[in-house]
Amino acid sequence: MSETKPKPKIQKTAVPIPKQKPEIRKHNFGEVALGYTAEQAHAEADRCLQCPKPQCIQGCPVEIDIPGFVKLFKAKDYGGAIRKIKEKNCLPAICGRVCPQEEQCQKFCILGKAGDPVNIGRLERFLADWETLAGIDAPRKARHTGKRVAVIGAGPAGLTAAADLVKLGHEVVIFEALHLPGGVLIYGIPEFRLPKSIVEAEADFVKKLGVEIRADCLIGRTHTIPELLKSGFDAIFIGTGAGLPQFLGVPGENLGGIYSANEFLIRVNLMKSYSFPEYDTPIRVGKHVVVIGGGNVAMDSARSALRLGAEEVCIVYRRSREELPARKEEIENAEEEGISCKFLAAPIRFIGDERGWVKAMECICMELGSPDESGRRKPVPVKGSEFVMDTDTVIVAIGRTPNPIIQSTTKGLTVTKWGTIITDENGKTSIEGVYAGGDIVTGEATVISAMGAGKKAAQAIHEYLMKK
Amino acid sequence: MFEIIEKKELAPKIKSIDIYAPAVSEKAQAGQFVILRTDKKGERIPLTLVDWNRQKGTIRLIFLEVGVSTEKLGSLKVSDTISDVCGPLGNPSEIKKYGTVCIIGGGVGTASAFPIARGFKQAGNKVVVLIAAKTANLLILEDEMKKVADEVHVCTDDGTKGVKGFAVNALKDLIDKGYKFDVVYAIGPTIMMRSIADATKPYNIRTIVSLNPIMVDGMGMCGACRVTVGGKTRFACVDGPEFDAHQVDFGELMKRQMAFLTEEKLSLQRLQEKRCSCIE
Repeated sequence: MSETKPKPKIQKTAVPIPKQKPEIRKHNFGEVALGYTAEQAHAEADRCLQCPKPQCIQGCPVEIDIPGFVKLFKAKDYGGAIRKIKEKNCLPAICGRVCPQEEQCQKFCILGKAGDPVNIGRLERFLADWETLAGIDAPRKARHTGKRVAVIGAGPAGLTAAADLVKLGHEVVIFEALHLPGGVLIYGIPEFRLPKSIVEAEADFVKKLGVEIRADCLIGRTHTIPELLKSGFDAIFIGTGAGLPQFLGVPGENLGGIYSANEFLIRVNLMKSYSFPEYDTPIRVGKHVVVIGGGNVAMDSARSALRLGAEEVCIVYRRSREELPARKEEIENAEEEGISCKFLAAPIRFIGDERGWVKAMECICMELGSPDESGRRKPVPVKGSEFVMDTDTVIVAIGRTPNPIIQSTTKGLTVTKWGTIITDENGKTSIEGVYAGGDIVTGEATVISAMGAGKKAAQAIHEYLMKK
Repeated sequence: MFEIIEKKELAPKIKSIDIYAPAVSEKAQAGQFVILRTDKKGERIPLTLVDWNRQKGTIRLIFLEVGVSTEKLGSLKVSDTISDVCGPLGNPSEIKKYGTVCIIGGGVGTASAFPIARGFKQAGNKVVVLIAAKTANLLILEDEMKKVADEVHVCTDDGTKGVKGFAVNALKDLIDKGYKFDVVYAIGPTIMMRSIADATKPYNIRTIVSLNPIMVDGMGMCGACRVTVGGKTRFACVDGPEFDAHQVDFGELMKRQMAFLTEEKLSLQRLQEKRCSCIE
C-alpha cells in the first residue's frame, strides 16, 4: 500500500448529516437522513487517515476494504470505489443506511479516540446512490459450473448468498414467500429510513447478476426442502429470518387497536397503507398511541404512527434508557420528532370499550435487579405500583421469533428449543447440502450480520459443490 | 402473474374463477387457502381453495363481492391476470373415516365446504350436506354437492327454497329426526358458525369450523388473524384455519373482523365512484 501522509489538520468532528427538520419530517414518509453532497462526502473522506494498519475492517461483518474504497473515492474514482465495496457487499445502498456503523466499523476508527470516527456509512451510501443514478454495472459472471442452488428467502441473508453464488458460476433461484423481494428490508424497515425504491434497485441488481427470484412461493407449503433437493438443486441456503411476532400474553391483548409491530409495519411498508385509499390496505391509528418495546422496531413503529397522524406517541419500555437496544441515532430521531418514553414500566392488562376496542392499558412499574443471561439487568415488578394509561392504539414490538414452517416440514433438520436452525460456523446444517444463515440461525439480529452469514455460507456451499 | 382461465357468475355477486397456478394446484388439499393480491396496489386477501385440476394446473376460487378487493377481482375477465397467488396455505382438513359427517355451508362458505365434503366421501364416510342461503337465487353448488354427498339438504332464510330458516334450525331438525353425526363441519358467516357450535355442544358432537379473520401475510408473520381458542391465542393462518368450534371465542372474532369497517366502506365507495365517472 502506498503511503498517504495525513493532511496537516484533521477535523475532529465529522461532517454533519443533513436531515429533514423534525417538525416537517414527522408529517411525511420521505427519507429523514439525506445523503451527503459530493463536497460534504469529500470533506468527510479527507478525514480518513488511511491507516497502514486499518482497524475499521475488523468491525465490518462482511470485511469491506474500507480504506481501499475511501482512497479510490478521494481520487474521484467513484466507479472504482463502489466496485471495491461490491467485492464484499452487494447491497451498499441498504447498508449505508441501516447498518449500526457506530457498533461496527466506526467503533474501531482511530479518529474516534479523540473526536468523531470517519462517517464510513454515509460515504458508502453516497457511492451507492451515485451508482444508482449513474446506472449499475453488473460484473461479469464466472463460467457456469452446472450446479444449481436454491435460496429460501429474499431478505438480506438470501440476497447476499445468492449474489455471491451466482458470481461464482452457479445457477441460483431464490424462493420468496411474499410478493416482493427484500424480506425485512421491504416489510419491516420504514420508507423514511430506507426508501423502498432503494431495496427494489438492490434486488434488481441481484437479478441482473443472473439470479432468478420466484415470489409467492412459501417453502414448506408450495414446495418443501426435500422436494427441492429431489428436483435437481445441488444445495440449499435457508435464510427465512425471524418473522413471527411475539405477544405479551397479558389479558385483553386481542382487543381491536392492538397490533403486533409486524402487522403494523407490514401494512405500512409492504402494503403502503400510508397511501390508503390509493392503496387498498387500510391502517387505523388513533390519537394516543403506545408502543411496547425499546428496539429499532419499536422506534420504527412509533415514528410511523406519528406520521400517520397520531397526536401523541409514547414508547413504554421495561428497562431504563441505558438499556434501550435501538440505535442511538434512531432514538435521537424519535425524540426530536416528539415521541415520549416511559421507562421502567410494563403492561399487565389492556382494557377495552363496549365495541371491543382498546381504551386503556394498565402497567406496573419496574426496577432493575441483577443481570440476566443477556447481561442486562433484569426488570423486576414493583409491588403496588400499578397505573393506567389511556390509549386507543397499541403496537407490541417486543421481538420476533423464527418462522417454524421449514423446520416442521424438513425431516432431519436439527433446531434449538427456540426454533432456530443449528449450523456449524459456516452455516452447514444437519442435512447434507443444506445451509442456513441470518436470523433463522441467530434469532433476531441485524441486517449486516445476516449478510455476513449469507456470505460465509455461500463460500461454504461453493466449496461443497466444487468437491461434489 | 396468474392468468384467469375460466370465469362464471354463480349467483348475484358470487363469482367463480379458475386461475392458472400450477405450483398451488399441485399441492392443494381440502381446507387450505391462498393469499391473493389482484394488482400492485391491492390488498392481500385469503380465499379458500374450492377445487383444483392438477393436469391443467388450475385452481378454483369462489367469492362474494363484498369489498374493494373482491369487487376488483370480480371485475377481471378471462385471460386477465392477477398479480399474486401464494399457497396452498394453512393446514389441510383432517380427513379420515369417522362414520357419518354433516357438512354445513352457509352462503359463499358452501364453496369452501365443497372439497371437504368430497374428501370425507372419498374417505368412506356417509356425508350429509346442508346448504344454507338467504334466498333461493343465492344458493350455490347444489348440483356439485349432490355429486359428492349422500344427501343434500337445503334451507333458506326466507323459505324460497328448501326448509325455511337458518342452518342451525335445519341441523336441529336433522338431529331430531334421528341423524347421528360423528362430526359436524360448519363453514360460513361467523354468526352461523357460532350458532352451530352452540347447537352441537349439548349433544357433544365434535364440531369443526373454518375461521375467516382478517389476514395480511397469511403465513404467520403479522398476527392479525389471531383468535382465542381454548383460552389460548392461535393464528388462524398457520395454526388453523380449522378449529374445534366448542373452543373458539366467536365474540372476540366478530369484533376483530369489524376492525377496519370504516376504512373498508370508504375504499369501496371510492371504487364505485371511480367506476361511475368512467361510465360518464
